[in-house]
Amino acid sequence: MAEIQITRTIDAKGMPCPGPLMSLIGAIREGEVGEVIEVLSSDEGSKTDIPAWVAKAGMELVEVADEDGFTRFVVRKAR
Amino acid sequence: MSEDTLSLVLFSGTDDRLTAAAVLTAGAAAMGRPVNLFLQYWALDAFRADRITKDHGAAPEAGPEGSALMARHAQQHWSEVLRQAKEIGEVGIHACALSMEMFEITKDDLDPLVDDVEGVASFMAEATGPVAFV
Repeated sequence: MAEIQITRTIDAKGMPCPGPLMSLIGAIREGEVGEVIEVLSSDEGSKTDIPAWVAKAGMELVEVADEDGFTRFVVRKAR
Repeated sequence: MSEDTLSLVLFSGTDDRLTAAAVLTAGAAAMGRPVNLFLQYWALDAFRADRITKDHGAAPEAGPEGSALMARHAQQHWSEVLRQAKEIGEVGIHACALSMEMFEITKDDLDPLVDDVEGVASFMAEATGPVAFV
């Protein structure tokens, strides 16, 4: 697998639902197609919300990783 | 407006109910669903420009314990959640003309989040999907 170049990290830890998703949507809108954005979220809702939005919006979920006290979502702006 | 439009009638003006409504609005907007909000009575009062961020208390079922719990559990203000929802999606916020008359206020008295003043029939014309009352 080719190395993934993360261009932006959003630290949304401590932000309540649906804040992390809203921040991700804003960043995706501002970004260029192909850009890879990482969101760090401690909100439980993000675990279902971010994958649901990514699928609906036609983006690519590159990685979901459980870290210590938060989850890391890596999303590529696919379109 | 399409079939998947979410229409919410906001009646209560307490911060807990308005927060719940704002979170639902943001979720629907994020998933690409149009949202149509109609502000009546105490919800309309809470959207007045001079008091939107003031303490609007909690619903009676919260009680003192529930209110304390809400104070401890930091949440973004509902007006901010709605502002974000409007940025990312198609969200219309309409003030009920009848409630406007009752309070003797005009559009200028309301926060800019409110798009316009509407009669109930025009709200219903846009509410092609389900309508929920908060």
